Amino acid sequence: MSILSFRDVSLRYPQRPGLRSAAGDNLVLDSINLQVSSHELVAIIGRSGSGKTSLLNLAAGFILPTSGTIAVDGEPIRGPGADRAVVFQDDALYPWLDARDNVGFPLKLKGVPRAERHERARQLLELVGLGEAGDRHIWELSGGMRQRVGIARALAAEPRFLLLDEPLGALDALTRSRMQEFLLRIQSRSGAGAVLITHSIDEALILASRVLVLSPNPGRLTAEIEAGFSSEILAGTPIERIKASPLFKRLHDGLTSLIHSLPNEEAAA
Amino acid sequence: MTLFTELRPLSRLSDGDEDGRAGDEAPLRARAAPATASTARPVPTAVISAITVLVILGLWSLASAHALVSPVFLPSPRQVLVAAYGLVVTGFVDATLAEHVGASLYRIFGALIASILIGIPAGLAIATSRVGRGILDPIVEFLRPLPPLAYLPLVIIWVGIGEASKITVIALAMLPSIILSTSAGVRSVSKDHVNAARSLGATPRQVLGQVVLPSAVPSILTGIRIALGAGWTTLVAAELVAATSGIGFMIQSAAQFLVTDIVIAGIVVIALIAIVFEYVARLIERRLVPWASHR
Repeated sequence: MSILSFRDVSLRYPQRPGLRSAAGDNLVLDSINLQVSSHELVAIIGRSGSGKTSLLNLAAGFILPTSGTIAVDGEPIRGPGADRAVVFQDDALYPWLDARDNVGFPLKLKGVPRAERHERARQLLELVGLGEAGDRHIWELSGGMRQRVGIARALAAEPRFLLLDEPLGALDALTRSRMQEFLLRIQSRSGAGAVLITHSIDEALILASRVLVLSPNPGRLTAEIEAGFSSEILAGTPIERIKASPLFKRLHDGLTSLIHSLPNEEAAA
Repeated sequence: MTLFTELRPLSRLSDGDEDGRAGDEAPLRARAAPATASTARPVPTAVISAITVLVILGLWSLASAHALVSPVFLPSPRQVLVAAYGLVVTGFVDATLAEHVGASLYRIFGALIASILIGIPAGLAIATSRVGRGILDPIVEFLRPLPPLAYLPLVIIWVGIGEASKITVIALAMLPSIILSTSAGVRSVSKDHVNAARSLGATPRQVLGQVVLPSAVPSILTGIRIALGAGWTTLVAAELVAATSGIGFMIQSAAQFLVTDIVIAGIVVIALIAIVFEYVARLIERRLVPWASHR
């Protein structure tokens, strides 16, 4: 059982010299408090420009907070690490490696011998339903397949947390809904905690046990909803039936009007 | 002809286009004049190129056959072929064609290896370190626009008149394109690719070796191709002084004795070798970085 925690985390972009702006203008995230434990999937939704991606980059360790602490099991993070593997919107797979070597990449970094690496990669590709695709070039795979390879690669690092940066954002609607269920099953089987960044209210409600709303300018966590549809989906209820349920509709409408009531960055600018 | 391999898919694409249009109009035209409705396929680009070469050879033969130009200045294609055969069998200025070509290739490849060994680390340093860029940028920018003939005398004063000075001059001409293409390739690495590796547990050294360098390979290979071009250009200049063999030296000596057929044969040999190089370089590129066109 691991816990990823944000304590009073703020992020301010460095003041550019010669560009004197009003105080607070460059504040991206303001006093974020958040706890994610393993086995749970937390979704963060918000409009573009609300600082969602900055929040994920902080969790990944790509950037460091201006103030506050981000910690895994009480240990403050100082940079990126294999305990928090990121899945990117644009897959970020390496085109010079085939699918198998992409999945085996984190193991290669650890110095795992080739044969063992291939065996583990084969298992993971099978887990994501791509058992036959090990020899394929990345560019021969469809968007959905690539994203599955990306998830398998992240799992190969045996992370305690999966950081999902709109991983299904670039997929077409049909592939996307298939991938949602897939992602849910993989995450629950892996036992890793997950943070999902998305701008789709549907997706957040379907996948997450908790949905957090990030309001823009500066980014603050303003609302939290216990969704819990994900356990029904894991139990076998089709996503379409869940989406048709009155509770889902009520939560969806509530979240939609909440997000619309938040200050709009485009309107303010 | 090999130079046009890249263009072929394009022309094939437009072929298909023409076919489609011709097909659409066929029923209309067929009614008016059935005989002319045949599908007129556009001539492939390679055929046009072949015709161009043949026409030039034909004009050349005609000009020399009617002695429009003195044979001293323009020997006939036949004479050039005979001279080329003589080059292969008996040679010219104490060496056969193979020996001249061998001496030149030795210089070109010696220079290429030297400039790769220096250029790739230098390009890496420029792209990854502020200090490295500060040190190397002015040197590269100074060297890049200089014509090799300008620094040839200085190199001879410093390095002497042996093989070393020839290789040095050619390597200096090759160096800027390898350095610049390496640093451009390194700088073009995708930020997501780097971040993915870091989040999967890569150390900075692993990021460099497993992500940054592989993604710079296509750009480096392009740089090497450009460098080879610069190398051939410089070769003749490098063999101007104190050489006793080499294809450039051979052309120079032939020109001094007004043996024009050898001069022309030598030029054609250089062109053919350069075309073969280009072709091989592309083959290597396709084998080594098939993914470069799919980024």
